[in-house]
Amino acid sequence: MSRIADCFAGCSSRQRTALIPYITAGDGGAQKTLSAMLALVESGADIIELGMPFSDPMADGPVIQKACERALEAGMTLAGVLELVKQFRAVDQVTPIVLMGYLNPLERYGHAAFAKDAAVAGVDGVLLVDCPPEEASGIREDLQRQQIDQIFLVAPTSTEERQQRICRQASGFVYYVSLKGVTGSSSLDESALAGPVAALRQHTDLPIAVGFGIKSAEDALTVAGHADAVVIGSALVSCLAQADDTQQAVHEFIKPIRLALDGRQADAPAATG
Amino acid sequence: MQKSTSRLDSIPEAWQFGEDLSDQPDNGGHFGAFGGSYVSETLMASLDELRRGYLRWRRDPAFVRRFAEDLKDYIGRPSPLYEAKRLSAKAGGARIILKREDLNHTGAHKINNTVGQALLAEFMGKKRVIAETGAGQHGVATATIAARLGLECVVYMGAVDIQRQAINVFRMRLLGAEVRPVESGSQTLKDAMNEALRDWVTNVDDTFYVIGTVAGPHPYPMLVRDFNSVIGREAREQMHQQYQTLPDALVACVGGGSNAMGLFYPFLNDKQVAIYGVEAGGKGVDGDQHAASLGGGRPGVLHGSRTYLLDDDAGQIRETHSVSAGLDYPGVGPEHSWLKDSGRAEYVSVTDEETLQAFHQLTRLEGILPALESAHAIAYATKLAAGMSPDQVVLVNLSGRGDKDVHTVAGIEGIEI
Repeated sequence: MSRIADCFAGCSSRQRTALIPYITAGDGGAQKTLSAMLALVESGADIIELGMPFSDPMADGPVIQKACERALEAGMTLAGVLELVKQFRAVDQVTPIVLMGYLNPLERYGHAAFAKDAAVAGVDGVLLVDCPPEEASGIREDLQRQQIDQIFLVAPTSTEERQQRICRQASGFVYYVSLKGVTGSSSLDESALAGPVAALRQHTDLPIAVGFGIKSAEDALTVAGHADAVVIGSALVSCLAQADDTQQAVHEFIKPIRLALDGRQADAPAATG
Repeated sequence: MQKSTSRLDSIPEAWQFGEDLSDQPDNGGHFGAFGGSYVSETLMASLDELRRGYLRWRRDPAFVRRFAEDLKDYIGRPSPLYEAKRLSAKAGGARIILKREDLNHTGAHKINNTVGQALLAEFMGKKRVIAETGAGQHGVATATIAARLGLECVVYMGAVDIQRQAINVFRMRLLGAEVRPVESGSQTLKDAMNEALRDWVTNVDDTFYVIGTVAGPHPYPMLVRDFNSVIGREAREQMHQQYQTLPDALVACVGGGSNAMGLFYPFLNDKQVAIYGVEAGGKGVDGDQHAASLGGGRPGVLHGSRTYLLDDDAGQIRETHSVSAGLDYPGVGPEHSWLKDSGRAEYVSVTDEETLQAFHQLTRLEGILPALESAHAIAYATKLAAGMSPDQVVLVNLSGRGDKDVHTVAGIEGIEI
C-alpha cells in the first residue's frame, strides 16, 4: 500500500481527520522549509503538501504568489524541491508528501524524468493545478509507472459529469476546492460544503480532502464534519513568513488545529466510511 | 463589400465570421499538439459555458446582424487597402499594400475582438466584463465597448505598465472602467493576465473575461481568431475586387498574435500565399532581451494553453523585452505554434532598431504613423519585398496607429515633449 493509502487507513481506524498543511518549498530558503516540514509532522500533520514554486501561479492568491516569488528569488528549482524531499525522507519515511504546482516546470524537467526522480526522492502524490483530467494524458502514465498518485481538484463549479470523470482518473485522494476563488480567499461557507462533498462521495471511495479558504481551527473543525482531510495553506504560509523561529511558529499554528480536530472526534463520528 | 450571400442577405459575406475555414482546433481546443485548456478545475465549467455560448450564437442571425452593424457603424469597417507606392519604390521590389486596421475606431484591430466578445457577454447574460492589458490598447478597446453596452468593466494592468502608459489609464477611466493595478510578479502583461484569471475564478457566475489575444485556454484562441478574421476576409475580397489577384505574401506582427491570426486565417487554404509572422526581436534573439516566443522559445504551458513560450532552464517564465509594449509577452497564441510546426507559416523577427527605422520610414514616405507593433511588420515587409519582383504583392496588416507611441519614440531619441 502507498504511504497515502496507509495514512488514510490509519486515520480512518482512529477516527482521525487528516491534517494536510501546505508550504511553498524554498520560501525563506531550503533549510527553513526542511525544518518546517519536520516541525509540521511533530505538531500533528498527517500529509505534507509541498508547493513547487512557479513564476505565474494563476490559481493562487497573493499570499502564495509572494511565497513563490521569495522561493524563486532564493534559488529554488524543481530539482531543488526533489532534493528537499530526499532530505526529509532521510529522517521521516512515513509521512506522505504531495507536490503541488503548475505544469511548465515539469515540461522542462521532462515528465518521465520527473516521475522517476520524484519516486526516488520519496514523493507520494502530485497535484498539478493547471492540468485538468482532459490534459493529463501526457503525464499520467509516467506517474503511474512510478506509483505516484495523481491528485485532482474538484470545484464547486464541476458538473456531475466532470466529477465522475475526475474521480475515475484520481488516485490517492480527491481534493475538493471549498470555494470559487483562488487559494487563501476569504470565507468558508459550511452550507456550500456539506451537499457537494456528500454528492462527491457518490462517485468515489477515495478519501476527500477540502482546501482553499481554511484559516483557523474553527474552519478546520467545520470541514472535518464533512471531509476526511483538511488542507491549510495560505494562513500557514503567511504565519511562517512573519516568524523568526520556524519550529515554534509551526507548533503554535498547527497544534491548536490538531487539538480541535481530535477533540471533535471524541464526541462525533468521523465522516470516513 | 456589397457582395451578399444567401446566408444573411443584408450582411456582407466578409462580416459573417462563424464559418470554419480549417479543421483546427479539435473539440478540446487543440491545434495539433498545441492549445487545450490548462486551467484550474474551477474554470472548466465556465470555459465550457463560453464554448457552448459561442457555438450557439456565432451563426445566429440576430447576433451576426448586431456584430455586423457595429463593424460598420461603430468601428467604421471595412478598413481600406492602401497601396504604399513610395514605400514600395524605396524597398525596390514587390508592391506593398497595407490593410488599414489603424483607421478603426480606437485606432487598432483590437476593437474587432472586444466588440465581438462584449456582444457575446450580452447575449450570454453577463453584466460584468474584465480584461487584462499591457500597453493599454486592449483595455481601452474593452472599456470602449463596455461603455457602449452599459457593462461594468474592470481592467487589470501591471503596476509597471500603469506607470508607463498613463494616458491609456486615463482613457480607460474616462470610459468608466476601473483600472486595477497588479503588483505581483514582473507587474506587466503576463501578471495582469494571471490576475484577470483569478478574478474570473472568483466571479465566474456573472463575469465575462474578455481576453485580448488569441492566447489563453480554449475557446479563446478560436473565438478571438474568428472575431478578428474580418480582417482577412475583407482583405481577400478587396484583393479580388481591386487587384483581381491574391497577394503573394502576408505579413503581420505577432505578440500574442491576434491581428496576425485575423489576417492569416482566411488565407490558410490559399497555398500559393506565403505567410510571415514577425516577432519582436528586441535587442536580438540571440540574447535574452526579446519577446520572440516562436523564434527563440520552446513548447510549454502558460495561461491555459500549450504553446511556444520563453522560459528559463527551470521552467520559470522569463521576462521579455520589446520596444513595443503590445508585443512584450512571453507566450504566443497556440494556433501560431501549430502553423509554425506544420510549416504553413514562417515566423521571423526584427529588432527594436529595425522597427524604429520602419516607423520613421512609413511616416515620412506615406504620411502614416504606425503603431510600433505594426512597424515590426513594415520592417520585415520592406526586406521581403526587396527580394521579390514588381508584379508581386506583399499584403501587410497595419494593425494600429502610432499616436500612442510618440512619447516612447521621443524618449528613445532623447527628445522631451
